[in-house]
Amino acid sequence: MSIEIRNLRKTFGEFDVLKDLSLTVESGELLALLGPSGCGKTTLLRIIAGLETADAGQVLFHGEDATQRPVSERQVGFVFQHYALFRHMSVFDNVAFGLSVRPRASRPAKADIRERVMRLLKLVQLDWLADAYPDQLSGGQRQRIALARSLAVEPRVLLLDEPFGALDAKVRKDLRRWLRQLHDDIHLTSVFVTHDQEEALEVSDRVVVMNRGVIEQVGRPEEIYEHPASPFVTQFLGDVNLFHGRVGANHVEIGDYAHPLDGQAPAGKGEASVYIRPHDLEISREAGQALATGTIEHIHSVGPIVRVELRRQGSGELIDAALTRDDYQQLRLALGDTVYVRPRKLAVFLDEGANI
Amino acid sequence: MNLSSATDRRSRSTTEPAWVRLTLTALALGYLAVFLLTPLVSVFYEALTKGFELYLAALVEPEAVEAVKLTLLTTVIAVPLNLVFGVAAAWAIAKFEFPGKQVLITLIDLPFSVSPVVAGLIYVLLFGAQGWLGPWLAAHDVKIIFAVPGIVLATVFVTFPFVARELIPLMQAQGTDEEQAARVLGASGWQTFWRVTLPNVKWGLLYGVILCTARAMGEFGAVSVVSGHIRGETNTIPLHVEILYNEYNFVGAFACASLLALTALLTLGLKSLVEWRASRPAAGRGHTELLARAAAEAKSPAQGKDKDDKGAPGHVLAETY
Repeated sequence: MSIEIRNLRKTFGEFDVLKDLSLTVESGELLALLGPSGCGKTTLLRIIAGLETADAGQVLFHGEDATQRPVSERQVGFVFQHYALFRHMSVFDNVAFGLSVRPRASRPAKADIRERVMRLLKLVQLDWLADAYPDQLSGGQRQRIALARSLAVEPRVLLLDEPFGALDAKVRKDLRRWLRQLHDDIHLTSVFVTHDQEEALEVSDRVVVMNRGVIEQVGRPEEIYEHPASPFVTQFLGDVNLFHGRVGANHVEIGDYAHPLDGQAPAGKGEASVYIRPHDLEISREAGQALATGTIEHIHSVGPIVRVELRRQGSGELIDAALTRDDYQQLRLALGDTVYVRPRKLAVFLDEGANI
Repeated sequence: MNLSSATDRRSRSTTEPAWVRLTLTALALGYLAVFLLTPLVSVFYEALTKGFELYLAALVEPEAVEAVKLTLLTTVIAVPLNLVFGVAAAWAIAKFEFPGKQVLITLIDLPFSVSPVVAGLIYVLLFGAQGWLGPWLAAHDVKIIFAVPGIVLATVFVTFPFVARELIPLMQAQGTDEEQAARVLGASGWQTFWRVTLPNVKWGLLYGVILCTARAMGEFGAVSVVSGHIRGETNTIPLHVEILYNEYNFVGAFACASLLALTALLTLGLKSLVEWRASRPAAGRGHTELLARAAAEAKSPAQGKDKDDKGAPGHVLAETY
């Protein structure tokens, strides 16, 4: 089922949490709401669920206005950040809750409930824990039970608030993959909130990057990573080096260095900010046509990628570069060496007011 | 793990010398004996000093029986009232935001901060013969002061905070996540309250009710002001004890006092039981089964990988014993 959000506004006191926000979630997709804390992503999720009311705007489920519909009638599954399992109920009763509170007319028979609960527990691979209580479970197990509980009522939409936030790194990775798998199996329209760009990019079909109550960019993960639409998105998606330059006819100049802009040139000319990811910087020992010259200050060579910190000659700012282990060994880099960097790829944004 | 090092938590580096420990322990025990144990023992000693028959006779004497009846009646009315209003107030305060919340919290604490005698006087001032509503009540032949309704009112007032005060911090600590989860799952407000909110606070609630009951039975000050001390009619046990004592009927006074002391002991016993039950996590079915499963899981790393320490066999073991 699709979700359409139209011109949503929400303020908490003086603070604008959502500013005229519109968004469409396609039927069957897994969408990530990505942004720093305080950007309004959780508020948006809670408004979709009906746990929070918007000051203005509409939420439509499958084209039907659901703005005024109470939370208990929206048929959404919601997985809370801290799971919110019922602590006095066994795992079985937790998962059965949504079915057992239905009015007598639409409540399934006891045996049907039992069967459905056990099927869901098998789906999350925890059927052997049916008699356990929440405080006997690990974080990852609680998360999966919370998911099973929300699926038990056969929701039309699944909403997850920081689903992996409270787990340790290893469990998080496993669960992430598992959730993706699960979504591919059941194809339920799902929205999850995260502040972890890696999580958003890896798991979702589409990513919505939010900042201060507005949407900065919507797109497929590779789209967003390859073609960030704003300086904020560029910076939020990973480490980046910032240079200042000038946009010319078909190229951008950074000091004496000129980089061709083919196809993706920003409209207009003038002062611009240039962002280059560490792994898009090529290090060489030859001087010709270099963006900058620097001395190596640090080398972090643990893992498949070697990270090098350079002190730029002249300005003295730090430049982060990342290269493969092979390249690193070929170049025989050592602390104190003077090397030259040039970008393979960069993102250019005209500075505010510069293109007038 | 070495068992002896696990059970003996004392170590030389963190412990005072023997004489300090013994002195402090003796002081604490001595204090308890003088101020708590001796009075309790003396009540029963005085009550039984003239023999068991006289003790029993003092208890079945009609005025004593009436006093017991009145005390029970008062308790049976006051405790349920405070249970309902206490839960309602705690629920409103802990789970919702509304203007005037602080005022409500202060009001709930009022009976604790005001002297019970003052509380009694308020009712006399309101409902007494010379009080604001006195003439109207007299005209309609309703007796509140120097009658049972006054005693119940005063008791309700004095014992009001017990349930609410017990529940508010508990409910606040639990937050509203579980209620929200219940709502999203389609539960109505009532269902959420009965099936999620109330079960989560049941031990705290029981604890509050026990304290409330003990106080309702033992209240003296406020009740004394509104009762009028009519023998066999408006005397509760505490008031009856006072009258007997003032008449130098020590056996009678202490016999009745021993009833209150017994109630207190019973309350303490119940309270400890409730605390013990409440401190145990998710009360237990299937623990042995779980133990076996947890052990099996610990052996198979493929399944057990996302278990943290809390779910490890040791945790289950600790619970089973």
